[in-house]
Amino acid sequence: MRLASLLRRTLLVATAATGFFACCLGSAQAVEIQYWQYVFDTRVQAMTQLIKQFEAENPGITVKQVTFPYADYQTRLIAAKAAGRGPEVMQLFYGWLDTFIAGKLIQPLSKELFKETEIEQEFFPIVSAMKRNGQYYGLPTAVRCMALFYNKDLFQKAGLDPEKPPQTLDEMVAAAKAIVKRDAAGNYTQVGMALDIARQDHNWWREILVRQFGGESYSADGAKVAYNSEAGRKALEFYTSLQKMHHVGQESFMDEGQAAFRSGLAGMVVDGTFRIASYKTIQTFKWGVAELPTVDGKRANFGSYFANAIGVGASGEKLAAADKFLAFVSSEKAMNVWLDKVGELPARRSVALTDANIKDPIYGPFIRGLGYAVTPPMTNELAQRQVSIDMINSVLLKDAPIADALQAAAEREQAVLDKARSK
Amino acid sequence: MTATTIPRRNKGPGSVWGKLSIATKQTVWAWAFLALPLLFFTVVRFYPTLEAFYLSVTDWDLLSEARFIGLENYRRLFADPAFWQVFRNTFAYLIFGTPIAILLSFAVAYYLDRVTVLHGFIRALYFLPYLTTAAAMAWVWRWFYQPPPIGVINSLLAVFGIPAQPFLRSVDQALPAIMVTSIWAHLGFQIIIFMAGLRAIPTSYYEAARVDGLGEGAILTRITIPLLKPTTVFLVIFSSIGFLRIFDQVYNMTSNDPGGPLNSTKPLVLMIYQTAFSSYQMGYAAAQTVVLFTILFTISMAQLWILRSR
Repeated sequence: MRLASLLRRTLLVATAATGFFACCLGSAQAVEIQYWQYVFDTRVQAMTQLIKQFEAENPGITVKQVTFPYADYQTRLIAAKAAGRGPEVMQLFYGWLDTFIAGKLIQPLSKELFKETEIEQEFFPIVSAMKRNGQYYGLPTAVRCMALFYNKDLFQKAGLDPEKPPQTLDEMVAAAKAIVKRDAAGNYTQVGMALDIARQDHNWWREILVRQFGGESYSADGAKVAYNSEAGRKALEFYTSLQKMHHVGQESFMDEGQAAFRSGLAGMVVDGTFRIASYKTIQTFKWGVAELPTVDGKRANFGSYFANAIGVGASGEKLAAADKFLAFVSSEKAMNVWLDKVGELPARRSVALTDANIKDPIYGPFIRGLGYAVTPPMTNELAQRQVSIDMINSVLLKDAPIADALQAAAEREQAVLDKARSK
Repeated sequence: MTATTIPRRNKGPGSVWGKLSIATKQTVWAWAFLALPLLFFTVVRFYPTLEAFYLSVTDWDLLSEARFIGLENYRRLFADPAFWQVFRNTFAYLIFGTPIAILLSFAVAYYLDRVTVLHGFIRALYFLPYLTTAAAMAWVWRWFYQPPPIGVINSLLAVFGIPAQPFLRSVDQALPAIMVTSIWAHLGFQIIIFMAGLRAIPTSYYEAARVDGLGEGAILTRITIPLLKPTTVFLVIFSSIGFLRIFDQVYNMTSNDPGGPLNSTKPLVLMIYQTAFSSYQMGYAAAQTVVLFTILFTISMAQLWILRSR
C-alpha cells in the first residue's frame, strides 16, 4: 500500500513539474509588456491600432494596454510602483518628468538604441524637456500647441470676412465686439470669445500673452518666477479686460469654453491641437483655425506634449520588448496614424513639416505656431496651474487690483517652485 | 441536575470539545461567527485608522520612505490660511445646513403624515433623491445654476424680472448654492425617519390632550416635539456628520476648479483629497484627517451630551 501510494505521488509531482516547465517554455516565446495611459478616447483608439500593427510585425511580443481616468492616472502609477508592479511602457506629461524621476518610476532610454544626435536632429526642439543630465527619459509621439479657433458662420453674420481671421489682439477684440450679443437684461446670448480659465486660458496668459507683451514666464532654468513684471501686468490686464471692460465674453458661459464653441454660441476660442478631433464632429457650422493673434508683431506659442517612457522595473527580455515598442510608437508611421486619428501634430519635424500639412487649413496654423513655441519647465503642474486660476479669479470676482493679484500669485508660485526644488 | 454523573463516551485527544458545558459551547460558536467580521473590521477599519494617526507625524509622500517629523504637519496646517478658510467652510455647511435640513424635513413629515391622498406616492417622490447618485444629482444642479441661456434657475428669475445670479461663479453664493443641493439630497431620508418617529407616538396622548382642550400648537410643542426627541437626536447627529463630511456635491459642482472660486466652497474632506491624491503629501493629509476625526468626535459627543435625557 505504502509503496504504491508513494509511486503515485511521485508520478503526480513529475507530471505537474513537466507540465509546469512546458508552460514556462511555451510562454518564454511570447513576452508580454504593459502600456499605461490615461483615458482620452481618440488616443486610446489610436494606440489600439498601433499595438495591432506592432504585434503583427513582432510576433513574439504582446502589448496589453491599460487605461485610467486622468484624475487617477498618476496615483495609480505611483501605487503600482510601490507594489512593485509598474508597467513596462507608460505615458507621462513632460511636466511630470521630475516627479517621476524622483519617484524612481522610469529609467533613462538606452543610448545605443535612441541616439542623442538622432533625436535632436529628427524631433522638434521642445523634446529637450525630456532630457536630464544628458540622458533622454522618453519620447513623444505627438506634440500640441495653441491656436485660435473661430466660427466662420458667426463671422459672416457679424459682417466680418470669414476667410480673414484677426491677426492682432486689437483685431481679435474688435471681431469679438462685433459678434457678442446680449439680451435686454444684459445676459449673454452669444459671446465674442469663449473664456475658460481652468482649461487653456491660464496657459494663454502665462506662456503666450506675457511673452507677447515683452516678458518671460519663468527664468531659463525654471527656478524663478519671472512674470511679476510690467509685461505680466499688461497681459493680466488684457485678459481680464475681455470680461470686465470689453464685455465680449464671460467665464462659465455654457459651463466650458469648448462647449460654448461647439454649440455655435461663441465667435472664437483659444484652444489646443487636442481639440481638433472633437471639433471635427461639429455639423452645425463651419469653423476655421488661425495662428494666435500678435501684439506689436510679437508671436508666441505654448508647446506641450505627452511622452512615453520605460518603467524602471523593465529588464532583460521585457526591456528589449519595451525598447522596440517605444521605438515603434515614436516612428514616422505611428505619427501619421496619430495625426489622422487624434489630430495631434507629429513630433518629428520631417513628418510634421510636409507640404500637405503646412498648407492644411486646420493643421497649418498649428504647425507654423510650433516653429516658435516654447515649452516652459514645470515642476508641479497642478499647483502652478491653481495659482494662475486663483489669480485670475481674484481679479474677476473680487476686483483685486492687477498689480496686487500678480504679486500675490508670483509669491505663491515661487513658494511652490522652491518647495519642489528643495526635495 | 445529573449532568456530572453521566459517563463520558469519547476519551482521547478530541474530547476537549466534549468536556465543555453547553453554555461555553454556545459562547465559542458565537465567537467563531463573530471572528470573521471582527477580523474584517480590525484589518479594514481599525488598522488603517491607527496607521493614519502614525502617518500624521511623518512626511510620507508615496515616493520615499516615511520619516518621523513630530508635530511639524500640525504646525504647518494651523499656520496655513487656506486651512482656516476650509475650516470656516466646513462649519458653515454644518451650522447652516443641519438646522435647515432638520426643520424642513420635520415640517414636511408633520404635514405629510396628515395627507391621505397619494400619501405613498408623495413619500416616494421625497425619498427618490436619497437613492440617486450624488454625482449625477450634482451635475444636474450644476446645470440648474448655469448663467443664461442654459441655466434653469436664472431663466426662472428672469421671468420675475430678477437679474441673473452668478451662483457657482460667486465667492458668496457658491457655498449656499451647493448646500441647497446637499440639503435636498438628504431630505428624503430625514422625512422617513421623522415619520416613523411621529407614528410611534401613541394616539391616546393626542386624544387626551384634545379632551383637555389643548390647541394644535400646544399639542405640537408639549407632546409631539418632546416625544420625538430620540428621533431628533439621531437625525441631528447623522445630519451633522454628513455635512461635516460633504464632498460629492462640492467636487462635482466645481470640478474644473475644485473647492469653488478661490476656496470658497472647499470642505475639509476635499482638502484632504487634494493633499493626498493631487500633491501626494500623505503625511500632511493624514494630519488633516486626524483633525477632521477630532472635530467629528467632539461634535458628536457634544450633541449627545446636550441632547441627553435629563
